[in-house]
Amino acid sequence: MHAFANPTRFLRIARPLTPVLLLSGLAITAAALVYGLFYAPAERLQGESVRILFVHVPTAWLGMAGWSAIAVASLVELVWRHPLATLAARASAVPGAVFAALCLASGSLWGRPAWGTWWVWDGRLTSMLVLLFLYLGYIALANAVQGEGGSSRIPAIFGLVGAANIPIIHYSVVWWNSLHQPPSLGWGTSHMAAPFLWGLLAATLGFTLIFAGVVLARMRALLADIQAEARLRRKALEA
Amino acid sequence: MREALDPWPFVAAAYALSVGATLILAGWSWLAMVRAEKRREAARAK
Repeated sequence: MHAFANPTRFLRIARPLTPVLLLSGLAITAAALVYGLFYAPAERLQGESVRILFVHVPTAWLGMAGWSAIAVASLVELVWRHPLATLAARASAVPGAVFAALCLASGSLWGRPAWGTWWVWDGRLTSMLVLLFLYLGYIALANAVQGEGGSSRIPAIFGLVGAANIPIIHYSVVWWNSLHQPPSLGWGTSHMAAPFLWGLLAATLGFTLIFAGVVLARMRALLADIQAEARLRRKALEA
Repeated sequence: MREALDPWPFVAAAYALSVGATLILAGWSWLAMVRAEKRREAARAK
C-alpha cells in the first residue's frame, strides 16, 4: 500500500485512468439509462414507475460507497499516515453527498406514484437523510480544518464514527417495519427478473465508474493545489 | 379510492435530475482538476 503513497507514482496511474473511467462510465450509464427509459418492460405491480429503479439504486449504492471510502481512507490515514489517504477521503465527500441527495430525490419521486407519498419517516429514508447530513458535516469540517490549518485527524475521526450509519441504512428494512421494500439483491442472490437485473447492474457499473473518475479528478486537483502552494512558499522563502 | 397518478412525469424528473447532476459533477470536477494542474505548472515555471 505504501508503494502508492508516492504522489508521482499516484499521478502516473491516475493521469491515464481518470478520462478512461469517466468516458467509459458515461457511455455505459447512457446505454443503461436509454434501456431503462425506453426498452425495459413495465413491472406488474408498479407499472412504468419502476424505471426509476435504474437511477435510484445506483445512487443509493454510491451514497453509501462514498462514505465507506471516507471511512477506509480515514482509517488508513489514522493508522498508517498515508499521505494520499487524506486526499482520497476529502475527494470522496462531495460526490458521495451528491449521490446521497440524488438517492433521496429519486426515491421521493418514486414514492409519490408508488406509495402515494413523497416522504415517510421510516428507518431507511431517515438513515439515508442522516447520511446526507453527515456528508455536509464532513465537508464543512474538512474545509474548516484546511482553512484554519488544523489537524486532518479530526475529520478522519468523524469519518470513522459516521461509518456506524452504513449498516443501519443497509439493515433498516430488515430491523424495522418500512414502506421501503426489502433488499432485492444480495451476494449471489437476486429476487429480480432478468430484464431489470442486467439493466440495473449495467447502470450501477456505469455510475460507479463515473464516481471513481470524479474521485480521481478531485484527488488530482487537491494534490495539484498542495504542490503549487508548497512551490510558491519555497520560492518566497528563497527570495 | 385514490386515483392513480401518471408515473411518466416522475420518471422523467428522476432521470433528468440524476443525469443532470452527474454531468455537472463530472464536468465541474474535471475543470477544477485541469485548472489546479495549470496553476501547479505555472508555479513551477515561476
